[in-house]
Amino acid sequence: MAEATKSNAVTHARSKMEKDLFILQQLVSKDFKIKYRRSILGVAWSVLNPLLMMVVMAVVFSTIFAQGRNGSITPEMYPLYLIVGNITFSLMSESTSTALSSIIDASSLLKKVKVHRFVFPVQKALFALVNFAFSLIAVAIVMLWFRVVPTWHLIWLPVCLLLLMGFCTGLGLLLSALTVFFRDIRHLWSVVITAWMYFTPIFWTTDFIAMMPRLLQVFIYANPMYNYLQFMRDIFLFQVNPSAYTLAMCAGWSFVALILGYVVFHKTEHKFILYI
Amino acid sequence: MADTQSAQKHAIEVDDVTMIFNMASEQLNNLKEYFIKLAKHELFFTEFRALKHISFTVDPGETVGLVGTNGSGKSTMLKIIAGVLEPSEGSCTVRGNIAPLIELGAGFDMELTARENIYLNGSLLGYTREFIKEHFDEIVEFAELRDFLDMPLKNYSSGMVARIAFAIATITEPDVLIVDETLSVGDVFFQHKCEERIRHFIDSGSVTVLFVSHDIEQVERICDRAIWIEKGDLRMDGPVGEVCEAYRNQFN
Repeated sequence: MAEATKSNAVTHARSKMEKDLFILQQLVSKDFKIKYRRSILGVAWSVLNPLLMMVVMAVVFSTIFAQGRNGSITPEMYPLYLIVGNITFSLMSESTSTALSSIIDASSLLKKVKVHRFVFPVQKALFALVNFAFSLIAVAIVMLWFRVVPTWHLIWLPVCLLLLMGFCTGLGLLLSALTVFFRDIRHLWSVVITAWMYFTPIFWTTDFIAMMPRLLQVFIYANPMYNYLQFMRDIFLFQVNPSAYTLAMCAGWSFVALILGYVVFHKTEHKFILYI
Repeated sequence: MADTQSAQKHAIEVDDVTMIFNMASEQLNNLKEYFIKLAKHELFFTEFRALKHISFTVDPGETVGLVGTNGSGKSTMLKIIAGVLEPSEGSCTVRGNIAPLIELGAGFDMELTARENIYLNGSLLGYTREFIKEHFDEIVEFAELRDFLDMPLKNYSSGMVARIAFAIATITEPDVLIVDETLSVGDVFFQHKCEERIRHFIDSGSVTVLFVSHDIEQVERICDRAIWIEKGDLRMDGPVGEVCEAYRNQFN
């Protein structure tokens, strides 16, 4: 009897939290293994990909759209401007587009195993964060190449990522729950992401935006991703503290998305099983 | 420990459980369909009651068989007990760890290797990493698949998958074991091995076993009590001999 109780203490997770954390870790590592299995360069792609994207965008936008020629960003700084913006936006777009179908894709599991449903959208957000961490290596390479010395402002990075992850997780929860009931969102979201990308100053520089129609400018500056990109560029590129406005907006969006995502997910999750 | 025993806590308490499914005659998979139906006021589903006001309790250490014809609600009942489905009405309480052998290999990812899947599945069962690490060899030993550990699961046969799944789920003595015809997979030797292990749990006296099978003889052999569910109603609950006798007689 004593032996049984003793072994019971170690076999199972002591709390739901501990169990969920272990599941999350297993799921994220599963995503990681599957993503790079059978590719020769493997994980190096996570670094190469943002670098190559940056090169393509730098060529296209500095020649065709004449970005980074005059005004706020110098030609030397433009690639860094691009890569920081792009990886930040990718973190959002990747986590939301994968979280979207996470519940549906986990249907076989949800139908047979008792597991907290929120782990699946959260898993996708965490996996996007892992990829983001690798793209930071690419940023470091670009900074090295252009001789940009990082400053202590980088200590803001965890704050920025925490807020952005809150925003992405909230959106992911919301989308994954809605997609269970309306599969259309799957098709719609890729369009939304494309539109969102153009309305976010990933490649547009401030001087260029100033020439855009008024309405477009409102769209660009009222967009949550603008605030997160601004935050990232402040600490990596402009090497200043983020303004109180940027901080407040990032925190606000993060809070709103999390609350909305949590409420919708929580209200609908017990009905998932009947629809998947 | 003495406290819980003197209080006579039931291992499983099913209290007035009703399960209602919406029988969507067609599945609405997009917004357009949804709004069209909404506009036409056709968004009402015909209800289907898979379980109607079912109540029963199972004491720790009891071995209970669930019998009933196909579509009678046995699997729905098991899924509610396993915590996968939430009952529409009523409540279901299970005390302790559940090892659900409902569909072997449910938590597996076919792209991952067996080694990776053991950890993934173990996490879903609520084991700790240290525990899995400690008992890894034991699991592999029982499944007899050491030579294929680093092969993706998609190359496995269904019997091999079932072996690993069974080995992981039963590596530790659970409080509640749910067995749903899982023994029909795998070869005769492995089936025998599984039954032996289940028998071992039953004999230990501390494991509550819920057993579902269409093989009435097997139920009679293993269980000491049986519950007969028919068309969502609890038809009979009592000693295994009586219930199985009545169940058999309905066909005559």
